[in-house]
Amino acid sequence: MSATGAAPALTGGARIGRRPGTLTVLRWELRKLRAQKRTYLGLGAAVVFPLLFVVLSASRHGHGGDSVFGSYVRQTSLATPLLLLDFGSAFLFPLIAALVSGDILATEDQNGTLKTILTRSVDRGQVFAGKLLAAAVYTTAGLFTALLTAFVAATIAWGLHPIITLSGTLVTSAEGLKLVVFAYLVYLIPMLTLAAIALMLSAVTRNSAASVVGALVFTLLEELTSIIPGLGGLQPYMLPTQFQAWQGFLRVPTDWAPIGHAAWVCGLYAVPAAVIAYLVFLRRDVTGG
Amino acid sequence: MRARGLVKRYDEIVAVDHVDLTVRAGDVYGYLGPNGAGKTTSLRMALGLITPTEGSVTLFGRDPQRDGARALDGVAGFVEAPRFYPYLSGAVNLRMLAALDGDGAGSRIDAALATVDLTDRARHKVGGYSHGMRQRLGIAAALLRAPRLLILDEPATGLDPAGMRDMRLLIRRLASEGITVLLSSHQLTEVEELCDRVAIIQRGRVVFEGALTDLKHTAANGYHLRTSDDAVALAVCRAQAGLHDVRDGGDGLQFSAAEPDVEQLSISLIEAGVAIRALAPQTASLEELFFRLTEGDGRADPVGTGALANGHAGGQAP
Repeated sequence: MSATGAAPALTGGARIGRRPGTLTVLRWELRKLRAQKRTYLGLGAAVVFPLLFVVLSASRHGHGGDSVFGSYVRQTSLATPLLLLDFGSAFLFPLIAALVSGDILATEDQNGTLKTILTRSVDRGQVFAGKLLAAAVYTTAGLFTALLTAFVAATIAWGLHPIITLSGTLVTSAEGLKLVVFAYLVYLIPMLTLAAIALMLSAVTRNSAASVVGALVFTLLEELTSIIPGLGGLQPYMLPTQFQAWQGFLRVPTDWAPIGHAAWVCGLYAVPAAVIAYLVFLRRDVTGG
Repeated sequence: MRARGLVKRYDEIVAVDHVDLTVRAGDVYGYLGPNGAGKTTSLRMALGLITPTEGSVTLFGRDPQRDGARALDGVAGFVEAPRFYPYLSGAVNLRMLAALDGDGAGSRIDAALATVDLTDRARHKVGGYSHGMRQRLGIAAALLRAPRLLILDEPATGLDPAGMRDMRLLIRRLASEGITVLLSSHQLTEVEELCDRVAIIQRGRVVFEGALTDLKHTAANGYHLRTSDDAVALAVCRAQAGLHDVRDGGDGLQFSAAEPDVEQLSISLIEAGVAIRALAPQTASLEELFFRLTEGDGRADPVGTGALANGHAGGQAP
């Protein structure tokens, strides 16, 4: 250590004039995500699964399962991203949503770095908001990476052609592409909801693995709840059901009912989860590290 | 920094029990106590990481519980081992922390790295740093904030002797540049060498707070006397009012007394025809005082006559 060198800039008593904003926290949360393997596990899954999907679809004759768009899968590249939404809702997309959101607070506990960032010039609320936004950005990136991969791979395999909607009308490839993007945007609603639940588990349990697994188990239990005799009436309010709301965009005219329903049902899950996570984070004692 | 009535309870366990601390501008303040005494918990409350059960801490008049991050303006440091993101380099860790500090902290990164001699390793990931390097990076991270108050919790822990020496030199230099330092440490020689004021905490309670010289003074009413005729001197001492525990220690006499009584003794000895060869107060080292306070009955007085006269004794209930 240089104990004798002059470093006048390091002393003198700084009074903070311009304080960092939440966007600064977000920028550095994203920078941290970019440096972590876990991030690439999720994004890698968002690339590998659509590619596998296209490869398997290309190698098989017949239609792509029971899905509505399965029969179009080799006719237009627009069908593959939609088919992926159907298949991915069981595990792939919940996993992508939970992987980072379940870790983003808990990892600070496990590394002992929470005390490091909470003794700077940003408030806890800002740190929480930065992490919440980073989880949302990552979740969005994961979903649209899957869309892009599926679309590009399928276009290479089968070309971009018009698609028949769920209403039986043929729409141009440009219009179809727009509908696919909107469908993904609607799909983002339950994805972000699951991310909020994973974030809450991350704040409460302070354990990454428990949070990720917990979020996945939560969706699984909801799925099971809806098939238990007598509980079928709950199905419209279960989170897995909201993963089907995107189909409203694939009807002509657009069926807004399932989309609106998904929005408020997801709000019932996401808002309390985010508020609980915030309050737990705000009030907790940072004793680790 | 001013803590008043600070309490932290975890269910039945009282980790910090009505602690009062006052760190004044310009102090190099030692915070001492055995493991588990409540030092780190108090420091975490001071930095706003833990909510006190009772009481309050203010930093430059601001309460972290009320004012949030604003209360930490001008304050920097770390509690326990400094922690960083192992997958980022030292430089990137500092850039991130500087961004979270705002207000030009980024411009201090190079100087901070140079101060702790980490410039050459700044591009390496922190995951590969030794413990000592992380400690130094912790100091660098603190210096980014150009602090007026630097809180350091065991900064020399895990350092080799050269690293400990350098850390002491650095702390001394920072103090000489006007930074107030609150140093929690197990290294009693380090505290004795660096600090002008100390607080000693035991089982969550402050048993002494005050100037280090005052602490030593409380234990300095023991005296050692060598004379030309110790046998006569012993009789004079025993006859002298105000002297206690007079005994022949083999290489001279030992006793405890207040200063005026010692002055009177010197006159009495001369009147008795006994020449004084040496009459010196017996000073205790900080280590001795520390153990007396934390393992004994919480009183620094070695002979039980003048406990903690000048310091603030907040410790052991009678």
